[in-house]
Amino acid sequence: MSWSWLKKIQKEAPKFWEDYLASFHVNDETKRYVVFDCETTGLDIKKDRILSIGAVAIVDGQIKVQDSLTLFVQQDIFKAESVPIHGILKEGQEEKVVEAEAAIQFLDYIKNATLVAHHANFDIEMINQALNRLDLGRLKNQYMDTDIMYQKLKYYPEDQHTSLDELCEVFKVKKSDRHTASGDAFITALIFLKLKKKLDI
Amino acid sequence: MKNPIAERIADFLKQFHPFSEIGYTHLLKVAESCSVLYLEKNQVLFHVNDAIHDSFYVVASGAVGLSVSSDTDDVLIDKCDEGDILGLRPFFAKDNYLMTAKAREESIVYAIPIEVFRPIAMQNSGALDFLLQSFASNTRNPMDKNHKGKLISENVIYDEQKNEIQYYQPIQYTKNPITASATDIVKYVAQTMSSRKIGSIIIHEDRLPVGIVTDKDLRSKIATGLFTIDVAVNQIMSSPVITVPENLSIAEAQMMMLKHNVGHLCVTKDGSNLTEITGIISEHDVVVAQANNPGVLLRQSRRAEKTSDLKAIRAKLADLIQNSIDKDIPIQHICSLTGEINNAILERLITLSIEKMDTPPPAKFAWFNIGSQGRKEQLLLTDQDNALVFEDVEDERYEEVKNYFLKLAQKVTKGLNKIGYAYCPADMMASNPQWCKSVSDWKNQFKGWIQNPGERGILMCTIFFDYDFVYGEESLINEISDVVFGETENNDLFFAYLGADALKNPAPLGFFRQFLVESDGEHKDTFDIKARGLVPLVDAARLLAIQCRIRNNDNTAFRFMKLAEKEPQNAAVYEACGEAFLVLLRFRTEEGLKNENDGRYLNLKELSKLDKVKLKNAFQPISEIQEIIKNRFQLTYFT
Repeated sequence: MSWSWLKKIQKEAPKFWEDYLASFHVNDETKRYVVFDCETTGLDIKKDRILSIGAVAIVDGQIKVQDSLTLFVQQDIFKAESVPIHGILKEGQEEKVVEAEAAIQFLDYIKNATLVAHHANFDIEMINQALNRLDLGRLKNQYMDTDIMYQKLKYYPEDQHTSLDELCEVFKVKKSDRHTASGDAFITALIFLKLKKKLDI
Repeated sequence: MKNPIAERIADFLKQFHPFSEIGYTHLLKVAESCSVLYLEKNQVLFHVNDAIHDSFYVVASGAVGLSVSSDTDDVLIDKCDEGDILGLRPFFAKDNYLMTAKAREESIVYAIPIEVFRPIAMQNSGALDFLLQSFASNTRNPMDKNHKGKLISENVIYDEQKNEIQYYQPIQYTKNPITASATDIVKYVAQTMSSRKIGSIIIHEDRLPVGIVTDKDLRSKIATGLFTIDVAVNQIMSSPVITVPENLSIAEAQMMMLKHNVGHLCVTKDGSNLTEITGIISEHDVVVAQANNPGVLLRQSRRAEKTSDLKAIRAKLADLIQNSIDKDIPIQHICSLTGEINNAILERLITLSIEKMDTPPPAKFAWFNIGSQGRKEQLLLTDQDNALVFEDVEDERYEEVKNYFLKLAQKVTKGLNKIGYAYCPADMMASNPQWCKSVSDWKNQFKGWIQNPGERGILMCTIFFDYDFVYGEESLINEISDVVFGETENNDLFFAYLGADALKNPAPLGFFRQFLVESDGEHKDTFDIKARGLVPLVDAARLLAIQCRIRNNDNTAFRFMKLAEKEPQNAAVYEACGEAFLVLLRFRTEEGLKNENDGRYLNLKELSKLDKVKLKNAFQPISEIQEIIKNRFQLTYFT
């Protein structure tokens, strides 16, 4: 009932969550960005689930290929119709982890980095929903959205959105790995680097 | 754990040397360790004398230029494209970089840590050899031809850039040339020239140069009967001969020839005509010395077999323009060279297109460029504007002939589009039935525009009056010119219209000499250099040139020059306008090259203070020339 939120607070948070929160108290010398993308079973934040997460870090204006993360999440809910888009089958080849394990790895990977994604609100909300299912809080990271950055660059109104495909065209980024989480994360990272320079951030 | 991004990079790398020599597992390790960098255009990756980085670089997309600095000048010596390696120095040496690497366009590069790559390369002799070779070529003394590396010589663009440097190298010329004494008889001199297969011979007196006899002298003075073949050669020689010192650079030699309008230079010990002759430099020597020179591009255009060859030439031309701009070569010089090469490309394309037609042309015709292409002011790749005229044919053949030329024009415009000149959005092209017609129709067309100068007529005049013959039967164009000049003579109404049109864009400075910027639309707060700066000058030059009956000088700067000669009382204004035009054109070209667009809109915020002053000064003459136009054509009441 309505007091259940109290219980949540009292319950001791798991170690990885504590570590994650603690990372925000560390003063880093270099700023780290993590560009990420989630492939999901659909666009419904409540009902749909994350199929995979791809992420790559940017430090000093350089994409660090080694500092990347690829996760495939084991599914309880499975929508056959999204397979043709992502190519992730329920029992595919990729090594999969359960959602909780994915969350642990993801938090451990991102730490206090500034998150970057295209249409970031959606991806971040998908992660938040997953965290919520684990009785954890929401992501604390600052984040940037390449769509909004492009709006700023072009002085577009807030309701004018640009797809990742369109940005690839604009910035002449090859779309070879579109629709895998890592591929999209890498593409977004390239676009982010360009936007960042142009906006002088 | 799998790293799809690293796999993607490994897949890219394995297409190129030396990575293709390395096993996939190792390559994946390399890919995993690398960083991805984005370079803006003109961003520097490393400077000459910078401490070495711990990585070397592979260009993933875009292009990075390597240059060495001599004095204040950067000399580009290599351009690295997709898959090319650069910055290998730290692999082999501990000292600082010897070159500057700068992005020539937006680029993405992979930085590969040397620590990771070294052990892998050391195990693989193929890869190591390759790296050694490319290191040698990347760091050699650029003046030293003997150390030409394998890596670079495979790169076509490099060959050209290298000639950039050669441009400043001493020229190779004929030493100890064949000479004749001033008192020798023409006939024997000519026989010597024939048997030695030379086109010129230096005439000496006591080993000192006094003149030169070329094929041209023989042609114009002997073959015409002006002199007989048994006179002494000093009667027909050109004198004095231009003398130059030894160790002349190619650039200097070319300048001397252009300056004195000669095809040969005589080399003497100290460069004066009072010391012994040691050699002769011909125009041919200059051309041969530089593969990257406009002359060679011209020749390549004439020999091109396919549209794609022409496309490559146009791309090289773009490099040439960029280099020339970088080197502050006068823009007028660049314009005329570019115009010539553009025309050569077009000529060749038309020839190729005619070959592709089933039958040869059924009538004489001429192809001409109009608008900025007609004025030869097109440095950037903008759209094509052209038209076609064919000789009058019998009525019953008219349709057939016109259809033939329309079909030909379609092939040509399509080819031009492929080469990079976009289709004209207003369809001002010879493939449009309106702009492909017989000479009589064209004459009537121009008459119509001139006699009934409505708004549209004037617009057409501003486009079509800047025509430049490109291909075919030039007399057809001259016929049209006759009509234009005949019809416009003392045609006050027409000039009033054209004059009013020329005044529609006033000088772009506000009351406080601030810039007038675009107030709305996509280009808000930028400065429209075309409409506000170039067009008023172009219009004024055209109007005055037609009025002063100046023919065949369609380039705006030339027009102002000619005007200054014709009207000394206004010479100062005309000269100022000519200069202003060149300054503005340079601004536009630089902006266009920087942003890879037509350079029309300048972002004032990006201009330095000095540039702004330069720009403002260039606008001053606009008001002055417009005042002249206003008074001359009594437009105060007209508008």
